Amino acid sequence: MQQESKISDITQPAKVSFWNDPDKRAIVYQVVTLGIVGLICHYLFSNTLANLERQSIATGFGFLKKEASFEIGESLIRYSAADSYTRALLVGILNTLLVSFIGVVLTVFLGIIIGVARLSENWLMAKLSALYIEVFQDIPLLLQLFLWYAIFYENLPSPRQAINPFAGLFLSNRGMVFAVPESHPAFRYVFIAIIIACILSFILKKWAKQRQDKTGEIFPVFSVYACMMLGFPLLAWWIGGAPTKMNIPKLSGFNFDGGVSLSPEFAALLLGLVLYTAAFVAEIVRAGIQSVSKGQTEAAMALGLKPVLILNLVILPQALRVIIPPLTSQMLNLIKNSTLAVAIGYPDFVYIANTTINQTGQAIEGVAMIMFVYLCFSLLTSAFMNWYNKKMALVER
Amino acid sequence: MITQTNTSEVLKRPIIHIGAIRWIRQNLFSNVFNSCLSLLILFGLYKIVPPLVQWAIIKSHWFSTSTECRATGGACWSVVTSNLRFIIFGMYPRELHWRPAIAIILLVILLFYSKNRQHWNNRILYIWPIGIFIMGLLMRGGLFGLESVESSKWSGLPLTLMLSVFGMFAAYPLGIMLALGRRSKMPAIKSLCIVYIEIIRGVPLISMLFMSAIMFPLFLPEGITIDKILRAQAAIILFTAAYIAEVVRGGLQAIARGQYEAADSLGLNYYHKMRLVILPQALKIVIPPTVGILISAFKDTSLVVIIALYDLMKTTQATLSNPLWMGFSAEAFIFLALIYLVCCYAMSNYSRKLERELHS
Repeated sequence: MQQESKISDITQPAKVSFWNDPDKRAIVYQVVTLGIVGLICHYLFSNTLANLERQSIATGFGFLKKEASFEIGESLIRYSAADSYTRALLVGILNTLLVSFIGVVLTVFLGIIIGVARLSENWLMAKLSALYIEVFQDIPLLLQLFLWYAIFYENLPSPRQAINPFAGLFLSNRGMVFAVPESHPAFRYVFIAIIIACILSFILKKWAKQRQDKTGEIFPVFSVYACMMLGFPLLAWWIGGAPTKMNIPKLSGFNFDGGVSLSPEFAALLLGLVLYTAAFVAEIVRAGIQSVSKGQTEAAMALGLKPVLILNLVILPQALRVIIPPLTSQMLNLIKNSTLAVAIGYPDFVYIANTTINQTGQAIEGVAMIMFVYLCFSLLTSAFMNWYNKKMALVER
Repeated sequence: MITQTNTSEVLKRPIIHIGAIRWIRQNLFSNVFNSCLSLLILFGLYKIVPPLVQWAIIKSHWFSTSTECRATGGACWSVVTSNLRFIIFGMYPRELHWRPAIAIILLVILLFYSKNRQHWNNRILYIWPIGIFIMGLLMRGGLFGLESVESSKWSGLPLTLMLSVFGMFAAYPLGIMLALGRRSKMPAIKSLCIVYIEIIRGVPLISMLFMSAIMFPLFLPEGITIDKILRAQAAIILFTAAYIAEVVRGGLQAIARGQYEAADSLGLNYYHKMRLVILPQALKIVIPPTVGILISAFKDTSLVVIIALYDLMKTTQATLSNPLWMGFSAEAFIFLALIYLVCCYAMSNYSRKLERELHS
């Protein structure tokens, strides 16, 4: 009898108590967690509503249509104090995009140069790069920004005694002013020519790849591409009448007139961002290059590839795979760090959103907008880099 | 015996030391390109270094008044030396400066003690809370006959160190919990953690600090206020925790499945499985990237300047806004840069050492 009951115990699954069943327990945990989070949210939300009512602050984004009534130092689009908050914030977004885009391009460029220099055979070069990387990584970006800004603002002379290192460039505490070609219809043709050259080279590249896949013949894409990129705009410039007149900045009153000027705020922000982030990019590039083993180069040489092709077809594709993911996070860092502009007074998005908050008292909407905009920037950048990463990833067969 | 003397005669000593000239030839002038590069760098150094030395050392003033400084073109380090106590301790009552000074020394001693891996045991878990309590007592006062000092007067280096050290210690467990939550099989908890981590990592720290400074007071019921420093501290902790969570998640993913299964088959529950088997291995792998995050958290505390907390950077700025010392920003900021450089270099050097030790 005893034997029988034991067997039946084993064959029939024993009834598990509610508390000992991991699945049911998980449900309880989750319900409790969600409940606590919900309660906290409800508590904060009701407090906020009560506070807003007490301070008679209207919620919502209605203030965006009101007149901003503050001036912005530099703007890519036409803006005056009579425009709405929406337009002021748009100016901020464009300024952020401008400094981030130029910053990312210059950072990658400088980072690659220093990363390669770090591995140089030249002892001086390698040590100097190492010193640069160590020093610039270890000083907070905000401090670097303050330092550059102080150097620009305090140590450069006033526009009247501006430093003129070479013709057409003036450095003063009002920023950097340099000569640009005077506007002329020919430059419109040049711009169109560049776009045509880009489209043609894209088609050419596809065609050359197809032909190489079919026949094995290699088409010199790069030299044709370079010729087109240089030749087309030059031709358009020549056809347009070859204008050579330059718009040279002249001193009038207390500041310069003409040319293109960079404010000390923009210059300090860009310099700080690029020098700081490039130190990190340089380390990433160094690690990427070192991750490709020497045998790869030797194997490519044994196949009889030329040095350029070894770099292009063997080393770079493998190094890039290691480099791209951390590089992406450095780019995101640069975009997020551009918010430090608020500390030295460059009118980026945070600066303008902060002014808006101070004027209207719409703290919640303002901070929510800052978070939303930067979240969008981050998501877009990482989506682009993920696409690029996938394109570069190892195709395993 | 005979053979030995023979071989020693035949074999020459291998060349270990190469002469200076040969070293220069090998490392600086190995080919045409390198030679040009070396000459260019040497020329650049010749153009930059002597004027810099002239400015920073030879023509500089160390203990003078600002009028004497303005008379000559050299660096004016006097801006640092004559305002040193304000830059370091800020608005803390002047006659009580010894208290934060002792607290800083205590912190440094504790950090040096924890540096040694042989001290990583249970005792350290008691030493740190006691140390932190003593530091807090020294800063705050009010007990044992110490004069009480309000937290709004805490500023300068003690504030910077406090924000970063507490930020690191509080963010670490929170980050581990978030990482475990993200790896959990419960969908609700998992998605909560993912949303939190991704949002925080997507926004800049400034927005978190703004939130703590201007939005958070609205969240609290009427009459309750939380100290400004504490709010900034909370923002730094919440921000750093998201980054630590991602690093720890990397470590958790690197642990082989067999380890989880082995812990399960031993009948360990979730807490014991993590505490005794998984986390000790995972956290050990991720020590180097964690130190990297701690370094950036340390540098990021300087951002509290923007919400007008008197950390090291703000006290320096306040000094520079004094008309007497206006215009000597470069010298003061270089001094600050040196402080940060020394701290960060020590940390990154330590992380590299630890990495080497753990690899071997």
